Amino acid sequence: MDILVCIKRVPMVGGRISLTPDGRGVDTEMLGFTMSPHEECAVEAAVRLVERDGGSVTALTLGPPEATDQLRDAIAVGANAAILLKTDGREWGPTATAAAITAVAEQHQAQTGRPYDLLLFGNEAADTGDYQVAVRVAHLLGHPCATGIKQLEVDVHGVHARREYRGVTELFELPLPAVLSVKEGINLPRYPSLPGRMRAKKAQIDEVDPEWQGDGLKLDGLRVPISERRQAAILGHGVEAVPALVDLLERLGVLS
Amino acid sequence: MSVVCFVEQDAEGVIVDSSLRAVTFARMLSDQSGEEIVAVALSARARGSGGAGPGSLDGAGRNPAEGSLSEGVGQQGHEVLGAYGVGDVCLLVLPRTVGYAPRALATGLAQLAGAARASAVIAASTDHGNEVMAHLAALSHLPMVANCSEARRVGPTTLQLSRQRWGGSLIEDSVLEAAVALLTVATDEVAPVLAPAASEPAARTFTPELAETDIAVRAIESRDATSGVSLANAKVVVSGGRGIGGAEGFAAVEQLAGLLGGAVGVSRAVTSLGWRPHSEQVGQTGTRVSPDLYIACGISGAIQHLAGCQSAKVMVAINTDPQAPIMGRADYAVIGDVNAILPALVDALSQRSR
Ligand SMILES: Cc1cc2nc3c(=O)[nH]c(=O)nc-3n(C[C@H](O)[C@H](O)[C@H](O)COP(=O)(O)OP(=O)(O)OC[C@H]3O[C@@H](n4cnc5c(N)ncnc54)[C@H](O)[C@@H]3O)c2cc1C
Ligand SMILES: Nc1ncnc2c1ncn2[C@@H]1O[C@H](COP(=O)(O)O)[C@@H](O)[C@H]1O
Repeated sequence: MDILVCIKRVPMVGGRISLTPDGRGVDTEMLGFTMSPHEECAVEAAVRLVERDGGSVTALTLGPPEATDQLRDAIAVGANAAILLKTDGREWGPTATAAAITAVAEQHQAQTGRPYDLLLFGNEAADTGDYQVAVRVAHLLGHPCATGIKQLEVDVHGVHARREYRGVTELFELPLPAVLSVKEGINLPRYPSLPGRMRAKKAQIDEVDPEWQGDGLKLDGLRVPISERRQAAILGHGVEAVPALVDLLERLGVLS
Repeated sequence: MSVVCFVEQDAEGVIVDSSLRAVTFARMLSDQSGEEIVAVALSARARGSGGAGPGSLDGAGRNPAEGSLSEGVGQQGHEVLGAYGVGDVCLLVLPRTVGYAPRALATGLAQLAGAARASAVIAASTDHGNEVMAHLAALSHLPMVANCSEARRVGPTTLQLSRQRWGGSLIEDSVLEAAVALLTVATDEVAPVLAPAASEPAARTFTPELAETDIAVRAIESRDATSGVSLANAKVVVSGGRGIGGAEGFAAVEQLAGLLGGAVGVSRAVTSLGWRPHSEQVGQTGTRVSPDLYIACGISGAIQHLAGCQSAKVMVAINTDPQAPIMGRADYAVIGDVNAILPALVDALSQRSR
């Protein structure tokens, strides 16, 4: 089974977000980078399937040259190959991103005579949260798809994919090839092993130079929402504060 | 011209709160343009809630309008939608589908939006809402914008939008150029507001033409036996983070949650370490909660965690670090070791109730 997993490099913002002076991006000077937890789980799901049934996991990202870091992270936990769709740092919208990913999948099929059996995505990107790249790729390739998957079984008949919605378990049964987006919780991703890290360091990464395309949505600027910044009232220190806590709970009416 | 709004119902057929927020958002657009809001609901059968019995819309010779009221949103749903300013309630009848079929729904919405000359199609930013809209966007080769909080029409095909990024930790202002605007609504940002004057919406059904590929993917549904207080709806959430120090420390978190009739929550650090299951994770990639009281124990307050709990009415933090970011969001704090404070608090509360 050949699996393509799509991951996106995003800044690892912590306590608060600072913006660049022009207000059009996140100031990443002091930040590390990562991928969405959903995507880490997509990589883990792909690696587990291939460990069991054989085949290959190819990690793909569309991003700046530095996004190879995230591809190497995927290799360190078991991906076999990696493709960078190199950008000049400009943000790509979801329609153009989906088209570029689809072109890679089509080229793979043209070269090997077989499509990727499974294309895995995160449910939504951590930064833009567009909720659509996976579905768009599915339509472009003519594959069935399901999103937000929290439990996955794959056998000769195809994919059995489950998720919860409003207290209902929804089971989707899809033939392969298929497109799925998954959510964190579907598995607990492993940490990279030392040999994995070594392999990642040396791995060769294929590069493609897609041409930037605009989407229907044009960015004006970003802002941090005006949330009331409070300064917590200190009830006390250590166990001495317990009576004050009990009083507070009483006042809030949460004690029966 | 019209603004089409997809509305969802719960298992009992009641229109869900997030959809009323989506309708409120749709009014932001229709008020500017004088367009009518067309609410689109699913027939009970397409919702997967049975409906194959008497009153089935697929049965011959049935009055569609009658069908729409009994099989669709019901008399009450009809009145509620009217109160929120909906002018037309349209029941989407999807032949040959039982259960949720996202692409069939999108095809239905596309045909209906065409017939209603929609300038926008709106849904709540829920799992179903986002999925259906993404299919609609792909089918109709249009952009789709998720998690919008504001919209203003500035031209025949141009909207000025605000939408959430990073699960609500950032707002993006942008301009959308599209013949039909496909938007999902950030439901924690847009409060449900009744229309100044209630309308009496017309009721009708719409049966789209579906192809095999539209119905190929559909949900086989089963109801869960949910036990205990659900995290998403709990009035009190007691959450533990890395500061708890290990899986054992959660005994005290559970006891406190039990005493307060609440649910246990955790940070991602805790699920990544395997101390607790992901179903308890609060945050951007976990569950969103909006309890009356949120107690954050040993949690630093990363924006991705706060994305899931910032609408809590009251927040209490217990943390050794008075400089932790959580202090800028919490209303009250106790500075100190959570593993000493929680057991003492549990003791005090247990003695009190005896
Ligand atoms: C895309 C993305 C999505 C994410 N989604 C989520 C999400 O859904 N939910 C989520 O929670 N996180 C999420 N995260 C992770 C988030 O950024 C933080 O890493 C995480 O929330 C930290 O968890 P924590 O507060 O428990 O741990 P830490 O940040 O390590 O904080 C531990 C805190 O405990 C305090 N402490 C230590 N010892 C004690 C003690 N004995 N008594 C009292 N206090 C003590 C410390 O002072 C510190 O403030 C996401 C990250 C990314 C990049
Ligand atoms: N630039 C990108 N490179 C690779 N994969 C991406 C990129 N953007 C989005 N994706 C994938 O598509 C999923 C959904 O993204 P979105 O529709 O933007 O929320 C993500 O979780 C990724 O798996």
